[in-house]
Order: sequence, then structure tokens, then C-alpha cells
Amino acid sequence: MLTYILSRLARALLTILLVMTFAFVVLRMSGDPAIILLGPDAPQDAIDAFRARWGLDAPLWQQYLAYLKQLATFDFGVSMRDRAPALDLVLERVPATLALTVPALMLKIGIGIPAGVYAALHRQSVADRGVIMLSIFGFTIPSFVLGLVLVLIFAVRLDWLPSGGQDTWRHAILPIVTMSVGGIGILARFSRSAMIEVLGQPYIRTAMAKGLSWRDVVWKHALPNAAVPIVTLIGFMVGALIAGAVVIESIFSWPGVGRLIVVSVANRDLAVVQCLLLVIASSMVVANLLVDFAYGLLDPRLRARAATH
Amino acid sequence: MTDTTLSAPAAQAPGRLTRLRRAMPLLVLLSAVWLGLMVLAAVLADAIRPYAVTQMDLSARLVPMGTPGHLLGTDELGRDVLSRLIQSIRVSLVIAFGATILSAVVGTALGFLAAQFRGWVEQMVMALADFQAALPFMIMSLSVLAFFGSSMTLLVCLMGFYGWERYARIARGLAISASAQGYAGAVVQLGARPARVYLRHILPNVASTLIVSMTLTFPEIILMESGLSFLGLGVQPPETSLGNMVGFGREYLTRAPWIMLAPSLVIVLTTLSISLLGDWLRDRLDPTIR
Repeated sequence: MLTYILSRLARALLTILLVMTFAFVVLRMSGDPAIILLGPDAPQDAIDAFRARWGLDAPLWQQYLAYLKQLATFDFGVSMRDRAPALDLVLERVPATLALTVPALMLKIGIGIPAGVYAALHRQSVADRGVIMLSIFGFTIPSFVLGLVLVLIFAVRLDWLPSGGQDTWRHAILPIVTMSVGGIGILARFSRSAMIEVLGQPYIRTAMAKGLSWRDVVWKHALPNAAVPIVTLIGFMVGALIAGAVVIESIFSWPGVGRLIVVSVANRDLAVVQCLLLVIASSMVVANLLVDFAYGLLDPRLRARAATH
Repeated sequence: MTDTTLSAPAAQAPGRLTRLRRAMPLLVLLSAVWLGLMVLAAVLADAIRPYAVTQMDLSARLVPMGTPGHLLGTDELGRDVLSRLIQSIRVSLVIAFGATILSAVVGTALGFLAAQFRGWVEQMVMALADFQAALPFMIMSLSVLAFFGSSMTLLVCLMGFYGWERYARIARGLAISASAQGYAGAVVQLGARPARVYLRHILPNVASTLIVSMTLTFPEIILMESGLSFLGLGVQPPETSLGNMVGFGREYLTRAPWIMLAPSLVIVLTTLSISLLGDWLRDRLDPTIR
């Protein structure tokens, strides 16, 4: 078990390192931040001074080693634009983003899973068909289209809710709804098919044959078994909690991580972009790790297999 | 994988949309017709477009839908929305097709390589696939496009990176199980070289599964491209794409919602059609799914 955990951890670290290296190389190769920040008319000595200041004049591999050394001491660099530590800039935006993504995740889970399970338990009913149709619609509609249509209806035409900003809780309603729709669709569809598959298994027939109530069959036998694939999907959603709001934050001018990404990418603020990618990749990798370990809790068979790993 | 004929509950657990399809096979038909129309619009864009994409008519700015001469209205510069929409369909479809094919070819080739050589090649391909899956793709694309400057070629290549790891995993798995079957071994015994075995014998046998995953990736690529274009980092003006039109139409949401609604509707209908068609295809073609 311990070697399994260690090998998963090593792999997770390797993935983060790969993402960081990739980002480093791509970002350094693709244009000179000195010219973007100082403007095209900046005198040559100012550009040289800027490059020396940020270590941009060294060869790429030296910059990379220096960067790794920094990371090893948990130093995530300083914003080239406003000289604030990049990590602080990123972390101060995280709560605003979580204020949207966490309620959205709860809505996805709270509506998507019951809808999918209900549809699976009442197959071929009107409700089942409605759930299928709505869920397909939910995940094929792009978030920016949905967001703008909701703004058009509820902010422009009806004037019930604000169209953007972050002043009161009412400002959060439209972004949260926009964000949840796709996930509700995916989860509903996924839990429906997972439940249907489980309900066709022999142990469900056994449970019914030994006289358990339908309620017990569903709650004690079907749901725990259907949980494994659903948890995988929720894991992806948890991993995307920080990064998943780029487009939606931009529609509703919500000052979260997504806005910071767009702004610092436009400004070529290397340190901030790298720090963002590190935080986002780590959150995804950590979520995947948690899912892997959650499997062990949910499914004793996987636990046994992991032990022999 | 090949136990479809053995599993008795298969009859009780058909594909997600089977019920719907039986009730309304019309829906799949409609999807196919819509997609056909889209392809036709993309191919014939130059011929059926009433106006040039950049032709401005400053005396008819922001005229609403249904105005004679401007069926879908005009935008803030008096450019015909219908003409721009047709051109956008062409651009978005070209990007999505190009990218889907690129990622399918690269992914399948890598998957086959992994299956052929096993050992460290396989380890490396799988590690790359893990890395790709963990990459925050949207954000990476944002940075690459912003830092390199957006161009059509770059956009297609970048989108072509999306989803290759799925093909690689599927192709590897299928190729390994195919090699274990008689036919692949037989042609190897007959002296066929690996390239021939994979391209002429294994590929046709696994193609249906790969085509199904293409129908799954295709709408995602359309959504990704239109999302990037919406944020202003995808297709650049004066060229236009569906997402780019929605992005610019957003400025006129209150005064001229039709600028944004027309391309939105096209995006939704297209991705919806591909999903429905893909589901149907999967139920028909894919032996690995129930």
C-alpha cells in the first residue's frame, strides 16, 4: 500500500514538473516581455537593464535551472508588472473564484446525481427522457452562449439580476447558474448510465431475491457500486475548481483567478502566468490523487489490487 | 472487450439514447441534415454569401433581423450578419475538422507505436498522455496564443493537440488486443511488415471505435475554439469565426442581440447534432460499449 501511494505521489510530482517545464519553455520562447512591458519605443539600455533585472539575458537552460532552484525554496517569483510576489497575486484571487465554483459544484452534485439516479430508476418514463434531453442540451451549450443568453433575459429584458460585477450575492447568481448547467448535464447522464449498469448486475437480483426492500437495494447495494465512476468525474470537477471559470469570469467581469489569467497572459507577466499554471496544475493533480485514494475507500477490491501493486 | 455476445443483460441495458432513438429516430436524421447543411454552407461559402464579409454599409448599421436585404440584420459597422455567419461556419468547421484529424492521426500513431514496441516507448507515450490529461489545456492555449500571436495554422495545430491522448490510449489498447487475435499474427507470419499490419489490418478493425471518439472530440474542439475566439485570442479580425462573432456581439447585447444570437444558435445546434449523431454511431458501431 505504501509503495503504491509513493509511486502515485512520484508520478503526480513528475506531471507537475512536466507541466511547469513545458510552460517555462513555451513562455520564454514566445516573445520578449521587455518589449511588451516597456513598449516598442523603449531605449535599448532600458531593455537591457530590464532583461538583466529579470535574468532574461541568460541562456534558456540557465534561466530554467535558476527557476527550478527558486521553486525548490517555494519562491514563486515576482510579478514583472507590479513587483508583488506572484503567489500572493494568485492567492488573493482564489477566494473570489471559489465563491463561484464551490456553490456551482454543489449544485452540479445536488441536482445532477439525483436527476440521473431518478432517471435510471424510472427508465423509459417521461422524466427519464426529459433528463436525457436536458442533459445533452446542458453539456453541448457553450458556457459563454448560456451566460450571455441569461444576461439578455434576466439582466437586460427582465432587469431582475445584475449583469456583472461582484458587489452583492445577487451578482453571483447568474455566473453560478451558468457554470453549473454543463456539469449538471454531464453528472446526470453519467450517474444515469452508471446506475443502469449496476442495476443490471446479478448482486442486485440477489439482494431483491433475499427480500430486501427496494429502498435498501437502491441505497445499500446499487448506489455504493455506482459511486466509483461518479466519484472519478467529481474528482475532475474538483480539480477544475480554480481554473474552470476563465470564460465565465470574463463574461460577468468577476475578479477571480480566470480574470487574472487573461490579464497576465495579455501583459506577458511571465512569473504570474507560471505561478498560475503551477497552482492550477497542482490542484488538478491533487484532485486526481484524492480520487485514486477515494477508490480504495469506496471499493475494497481496488484496495486489494493496490496492495499487490 | 469482445464479450458483447455473451453478456445477457446487454438487451436490458442499451445505450443512453436508445430509447430516445426508437421514439424519435427523426432526431438523428435532423442532426445529420443540419450537419450536411453546415458542411454545404462551409464549402459553398463564397457562392451563397450575399455580401462580402468586410463590406460595410454605414447607412444600415445595427438593423434588426428580417430587414429586406439583411435577413439576419447587420452589425455595428453595417456588415451583413448572415454573410459573416456563413464565413464563420466555414472557418470554425475548417479549424475543428483540421484539429480533429490531426489529433486522431497523431494519437492513433502514438498508440500503435506504444503497442508495437512496448517497453520504454510505451512508458513514454503513456507518461505523455498523463501529462496531456493533467495540462490545463484552455489556459495553456490562452498563453501560447497570447505569447505567439494568433494565426490560423497555430490555432489548428494547438487544437490538434487537444484530446490526442484519448486516441493514443484507445489505439494502444485495441492494437494490443488485436495482436493477440489470430488475424494479426497470421499476417505477421506471412511476412507482413509492422506498417502493413497496422495500417492494412489492425486499423480497419479498430476504426469504428476511433471514429466514435472523433465525434466526441469534435464538438469539444468547436467549443474550445469558440471559447478562445470569444476571449479574443482565437481567430483574429477581419477574419471571423462563430466564437469571435459571439464575442463581438456581446458588446451590443442590449441594442442588437441578433448579432450574438445567430452564431450562438449555430454553435449549439452543431454541437448538439454531432453529439446526437455520435451517440447513435456509438450504439451502432462500437462493439466495446455494452
